[in-house]
Amino acid sequence: MKPAFFVKEAFRSISRNAIPSFAAMASVLVTVLVLGVFIPVVQATTGAANEVRGRVLVDVYLKKDATRTDVSRVQALLGRTDHVGKVQYVSKAQAYATEKKRNPEAYELLGTNPLPDTFRVTPDKPDNVAALRNALTTQAAGGGRIPIDGAIDQVKNRKDETNKILTATRVVKLAMGGLAVLLIIASILLISNTIRLSLFSRRREVEVMKLVGATDSFIRWPFVIEGVVLGALGGVLAVLLLGIGKVAFLDPLASDFALIAAPQTIGFALLAIVLLVASVGVSAVGSSLSLRKFLRV
Amino acid sequence: MAIVERHKAELERKAGPEDRAPSVIEFRGVTKSYGPTNGGLDTASFSIQRGEFVFLVGSTGSGKSTLMRLLIKEIEPTAGTIRVAGRDLSEITRKKVPYYRRNIGIVFQDFKLLPDRTVYDNVAYALQVTGQGRKEIRAKVPDILRLTGLATKLHSYPDQLSGGEQQRVAVARAFVNHPPLLLADEPTGNLDPETSVGIMQLLYRINRTGTTVLVATHDQTMVDRMRRRVLELHQGRLVRDEDNAGYDARTDLNTAEFGALLREPSPEPRRRARTEREQDSGDFDDIFPDGE
Repeated sequence: MKPAFFVKEAFRSISRNAIPSFAAMASVLVTVLVLGVFIPVVQATTGAANEVRGRVLVDVYLKKDATRTDVSRVQALLGRTDHVGKVQYVSKAQAYATEKKRNPEAYELLGTNPLPDTFRVTPDKPDNVAALRNALTTQAAGGGRIPIDGAIDQVKNRKDETNKILTATRVVKLAMGGLAVLLIIASILLISNTIRLSLFSRRREVEVMKLVGATDSFIRWPFVIEGVVLGALGGVLAVLLLGIGKVAFLDPLASDFALIAAPQTIGFALLAIVLLVASVGVSAVGSSLSLRKFLRV
Repeated sequence: MAIVERHKAELERKAGPEDRAPSVIEFRGVTKSYGPTNGGLDTASFSIQRGEFVFLVGSTGSGKSTLMRLLIKEIEPTAGTIRVAGRDLSEITRKKVPYYRRNIGIVFQDFKLLPDRTVYDNVAYALQVTGQGRKEIRAKVPDILRLTGLATKLHSYPDQLSGGEQQRVAVARAFVNHPPLLLADEPTGNLDPETSVGIMQLLYRINRTGTTVLVATHDQTMVDRMRRRVLELHQGRLVRDEDNAGYDARTDLNTAEFGALLREPSPEPRRRARTEREQDSGDFDDIFPDGE
């Protein structure tokens, strides 16, 4: 009897307060729509930025006369050093082969292999690239830097390139993060304000219910169900619109634009579920929290 | 009338041993102050017996509403104890307040109906709140609406009703749970005199079924005519407590007699007009003493 009664009450109240109900549903719809577009965009952008950052690395060139034991010693040393993420060993022969493929004539003329054994060291985090370089070299008295191992000729981190990549991607990520935070705050304010408005117009009703002897939960349940229904309605409509948009506009373009097809973006099904749960949850919690103020009679 | 019998039976059934305590309301040194200079009620002590019909009078700000709000535990007294049906209100926890309020019918000056519900649903809500089934609701609500003279307005919304009708709905809602105590805060404050008489008759009828009724009002003529017990508040102090408002009065009037009591003596101006006309006609005779 009771749950059915609460559901009936909720629907009665939705139909009797059509305009505030519509406003609440519309605000959920708009918010979910914007979030639904924005979440994949943020993910694609940060994904792209991270991919670029992944290219930041430190080259450790060994001396030309480095022996095989030198190589394995340096490799072990790199394994012990801080901030080392991934180590890739490129031997003289491998380097020669790749370079020769790129520029066969020049290497033909050269005759010998001028390239050293190299370790390509990726830092654990792109931002730690400078620290990594410092770990592999020590400050010399004359101002230059001395490698920590005798077999190492040079430690290079392609300075200009690295700095550009780091600043550019940092700006992109910060901007996206800031926008996301603003958008989430705006969504919460929008939805809670709409709920508050529609509840405020009914605070007298709540007061009367309390005076007649209704318990708090008896008053709250229909409001919460109303919030769930309106949130779900707005969420479902928004997801439908997103789906239509995806099929109609995004999928035909996906083959042309790498960003859209970026592998790290959330799957549509998962995105739909997340958005639906969020819209229903926010509406229900919002209604019951906003109601608390009016229940203190 | 079936509903009256049912109400009496209901009251008997509900009355626990402590409910049979003769005092329905007992105030002992109750003080409520809203601030150091802002007193609501000042050491009020009185008790109201079961089945009484009591008026609470006093000008605006005298503490009538404070007293009413204390009784429904909307506010807490600063000092003193309030007992309703033998129960100390301070012992009722916040969670239990709704259950306590179901035993009190409340009628307000501004009706306090739910605007988006029909007359029927407004009355039914008071039953739904207590978890009663659809069957009982269907049995009780039309009965009570007939008693209050609203049988033809079941499906109207409050904004389609006159003030008097809305107040009847409010009385019906207050009464439908068969409360042992009915509080009315200025129930006729927004109504014209004739409609007020109707509402007071309704309250009187409810009182005759055994419900204790406490009416706050500043309608002095109404109080004088009804000749019931009067409590008067002045600036938060209880300054008068008289049985029968100082008159001799029968307590066993039926509702029609009661209505007649409220309407008489007929309004003063009309009576004076008649005597003036009588004098006029006398003068007329004086002017033409001889006839010819």
